[in-house]
Amino acid sequence: MEAATARKIRVVVAKPGLDGHDRGAKIIARALRDAGMEVIYTGLHQTPEQIAETVIQEDADAVGLSILSGAHMTLVPRVVELLAAQDVDDVLVTVGGTIPAEDIPELKKLGVAAVFTPGAGTDEIVEFIRDNASERDDV
Amino acid sequence: MAIEPREKPEFKEREVEFSTMSGHPIEPLYGPEHAPADSETTIGEPGEYPFTRGPYPSMYRGRLWTMRQFAGFGTVEETNERFHYLLDHGQTGLSTAFDMPTLMGYDSDHHRSLGEVGREGVAVDSLDDMEQLFDGIPLGGVTTSMTINAPAAILLAFYVLVGEEQGVSPEKLGGTIQTDILKEYIAQKEWCFPIEPAMRLVTDMIEWCTENMPRWHPVSISGYHIREAGSTAQQELAFTLKDGFTYVERALERGLDIDDFAPRLSFFFNAHIDFFEEVAKYRAARRIWAREMKETYGAKREESMRLRFHAQTAGVSLTAQQPLNNVVRTSLEALAAVLGGTQSLHTNSFDEALALPTEEAVRVALRTQQVIAVESGVTNTADPLGGSWFVEKLTDEMEEAAYGYFARIDELGGMVEAIRRNFPQREIADAAFTYQRELDERKRIVVGVNDFVQDGEEPTPILRIDPALERKQVDRLAATRARRDGVAVEGALAELKRAAATEENLMPPIIAAARARATEGEMIAAMQEVFGTYTESPVF
Repeated sequence: MEAATARKIRVVVAKPGLDGHDRGAKIIARALRDAGMEVIYTGLHQTPEQIAETVIQEDADAVGLSILSGAHMTLVPRVVELLAAQDVDDVLVTVGGTIPAEDIPELKKLGVAAVFTPGAGTDEIVEFIRDNASERDDV
Repeated sequence: MAIEPREKPEFKEREVEFSTMSGHPIEPLYGPEHAPADSETTIGEPGEYPFTRGPYPSMYRGRLWTMRQFAGFGTVEETNERFHYLLDHGQTGLSTAFDMPTLMGYDSDHHRSLGEVGREGVAVDSLDDMEQLFDGIPLGGVTTSMTINAPAAILLAFYVLVGEEQGVSPEKLGGTIQTDILKEYIAQKEWCFPIEPAMRLVTDMIEWCTENMPRWHPVSISGYHIREAGSTAQQELAFTLKDGFTYVERALERGLDIDDFAPRLSFFFNAHIDFFEEVAKYRAARRIWAREMKETYGAKREESMRLRFHAQTAGVSLTAQQPLNNVVRTSLEALAAVLGGTQSLHTNSFDEALALPTEEAVRVALRTQQVIAVESGVTNTADPLGGSWFVEKLTDEMEEAAYGYFARIDELGGMVEAIRRNFPQREIADAAFTYQRELDERKRIVVGVNDFVQDGEEPTPILRIDPALERKQVDRLAATRARRDGVAVEGALAELKRAAATEENLMPPIIAAARARATEGEMIAAMQEVFGTYTESPVF
């Protein structure tokens, strides 16, 4: 859409929990920025509460949760829960990290749109967010 | 004039960039013209300054490297079982992985620990846990490595007290504790305090161990994590050594004698997949460290100049796709570490791209080391690749690159200031991004990921951490708190706080608090009241 009011897709790239592995999150943040999106990188050690607040405050279209600590089945549902509790239902939620295949169906049932596991290409991730995050026009 | 054989059309090179994975260009051929002019001084002999060829004269003919598999998950019971499994299958040293809460200074019942207990390593909250962790393992008869940094002093206190309970005095304990806090701010990102108080703790540990634990390595100056975060091999080498120099400087400022503490400094490098670059990296590391210890820091003893290291095969090189290929990767990487003269080695398991290793997978990883050690013949002579025109040239070039980085860091005011200005962090982020682009554009290939791909793979069975273990640990912790003398703990924590605000060495009050069953989280919180906490300003 070329409407004058269309704005850049806003993405929060977040690191939930105590996990310090930020190589992938930083690469994605940079790739999304290079692709013309507005990126807010939360930095490390974010609680689910902090992430939900950032998503809401930044009026994000999408949030990418990066977890390589094995704590994803506690932290991702918590973020999704908090967003729902605030009636935020139009934010694209994606997850990246060391997520075993067995856990993916449950995450998707919670509303996670995609799970990107080791080996996923950067272009694939950027395209997915571009295609699936709804751009909201300024009112 | 005849055409050079290499120029002939039938020998034309493939349209590929011939460089290491770090982007270092490689010549089609290396010959005598690449040999260093002063090889007798710069290459020398193993066991002699500058130790390019190895820290010991006989290398593996005298003693094989320690086979030391990093292990830890769930509670101390599960990890103690894995320790015994590994020892029974022939490993020769212990290595402990702690969970995220323990690494970050949180007790298992802290709200931030929810969902994280026992996931990335073993949960240890108090001395009670530590006793169980080493159940049936005589600390006087084994060396143990502990991967923990910001709370290292506390875990060392726990270990010393377990030794004491076993009747092993601290001076008999052998092993290593990672403690290397600078690389945390740079790469591994596990911190509790701001940089200066954290550095004070490192120096306290070096000082205390120099006096009380002559067989112990109080620091493992690490490049592994820097490399895993995405650095090049040259950056791994440079940032690691520069961190090491910084610890040396702080210890000297404290008034310690270099020849008293330097012999007990140890290192930890990555063993990545670009074979010859890794071998060159280790050899350059030894030469640089020896020269700087002698010429810059005034060391007189050979033991102070001799760089000894542990290596771990590169976690980031493992793929989730076609996991058996990881056995091949780990083997090549392990071989590079051995040909580079490592003193201790961890080999990754083939299933580790997505989880901690199963028993079967870690057994194969251990067997990999054993096959190299007893079947391959590479241990028959010291530094077998020494004298290779390629390897010697690459060693020289690695050294040159490192000195380039030392100069840039010095210009910024030293490593601590460089970290504050995000210099190493930015270098790493740039290198990581460049590498990822090369993969995305298929300029660099990873088998099974962007070529030689296989559809419809069956998922590999992986280790699942039972969520019930978190509850179990929280209950253990509650029992510890109920059992202990609460008044004594409060007193010990108050004393720790008091000492933290002075310049006293913190090991004694930490040991006293540990003995009273103060928990790790309580001790960290007490120190944070004095030191504050740390938040990074990330760059990407």
